[in-house]
Amino acid sequence: MGDYIVLAISCIFVNNILLGQFLGNCPFLGTSKKMETAVGMAMAVVFVLVMAGVITWILNTYFLVPFGIEYLRTIGFILVIAALVQFVEMFLKKSIPALYAGLGIFLPLITTNCAVMGVCLINVNEEYTFIQALVTSFSYAVGFGLALILFAGVRERILLARVPKPLQDTSIGLVTAGMLALVFYAFKGMV
Amino acid sequence: MAKSIVQEFTKGLWDEIPPFRLVLGLCPTLAVTKTVENGIGMGLATTFVLVCSNILVSALRNMIPSKVRIACFIVVIATFVTVVELLMQAYTYPLFLKLGIFIPLIVVNCIVLGRAEAFAFKNPIAPSLADGLGIGVGFTIALAALGAIRELFGAGTILGINVFGPSFQPFNFMVEAPGAFVCLGLMLAVMNLAKK
Repeated sequence: MGDYIVLAISCIFVNNILLGQFLGNCPFLGTSKKMETAVGMAMAVVFVLVMAGVITWILNTYFLVPFGIEYLRTIGFILVIAALVQFVEMFLKKSIPALYAGLGIFLPLITTNCAVMGVCLINVNEEYTFIQALVTSFSYAVGFGLALILFAGVRERILLARVPKPLQDTSIGLVTAGMLALVFYAFKGMV
Repeated sequence: MAKSIVQEFTKGLWDEIPPFRLVLGLCPTLAVTKTVENGIGMGLATTFVLVCSNILVSALRNMIPSKVRIACFIVVIATFVTVVELLMQAYTYPLFLKLGIFIPLIVVNCIVLGRAEAFAFKNPIAPSLADGLGIGVGFTIALAALGAIRELFGAGTILGINVFGPSFQPFNFMVEAPGAFVCLGLMLAVMNLAKK
């Protein structure tokens, strides 16, 4: 049990997926201008990432490895993720319309979110067991949500500040993300 | 006609240079540019995928039904990414290890999908090839430049050659995660300044 807690902490803080591993940075900058969209994106990622992590792990362990076709991993994983996102979208639309309205446009965007694909590949490369893969996927997703929501809070404040013209918008966003990354960098060596 | 093909190529070098003008494909940009060599390797791999997928998508554009186009693009891109992955594993193994999961992640690089959707699906083969090549070369230049700045200050070297002499204290911040964000942000600011 202790091992899983250490694994979770290392995935959420020490190797934070956005600020330490550089995965999923496009939605990080794209959806962090408003708190509302940041929360929507964070929830959608947690939802899809956990499911994708589990399904790709099963695909890899029980299908790709026994048949010796690991070279199809890239194509297989991306197809699974794309199909999953589509399926989740249809399912939510029918059965939980409130959640669908909340996640809305963020769901289709997740197909090209490299955080999802990245975590699936990390799970496989590190040769995690099923439980470890589950814990890792969930913790990375929580780390993604944490960093995104913190960053959205900071960005809402920046709108009130006077930023020099060349630095406006994406540029100051990146510099701010750097400062946030510095905060997370302080966790290095903790685990 | 010939002139417009040149234009399609050159727009990728400045007007629409990723990741500065088109803010896409940030993940590989930030992650692999610790050194110039990694930046160029990543840039070339992406260029190859971009050019091939643009050509194939453009060639098949009348056959792909527009409802399932995104899925078709992804399959085309994933195929070429697998090709690159296997080629790099065979011929440039050390670089393949350094770039790690970022090679399979070219599949979800929004630049490639973005060009297929925005350009190749609507244009004939020759301009699509020029467009893919231009954007790819632009991306490679951007990665090399960012890699050069980070390597120069973070390790005191360029392409592994020592520049500042033995007494140089490396500025570790630049090669770590926070430095990547700050460095890219400041480069973007300089480009905004130059545009005016």
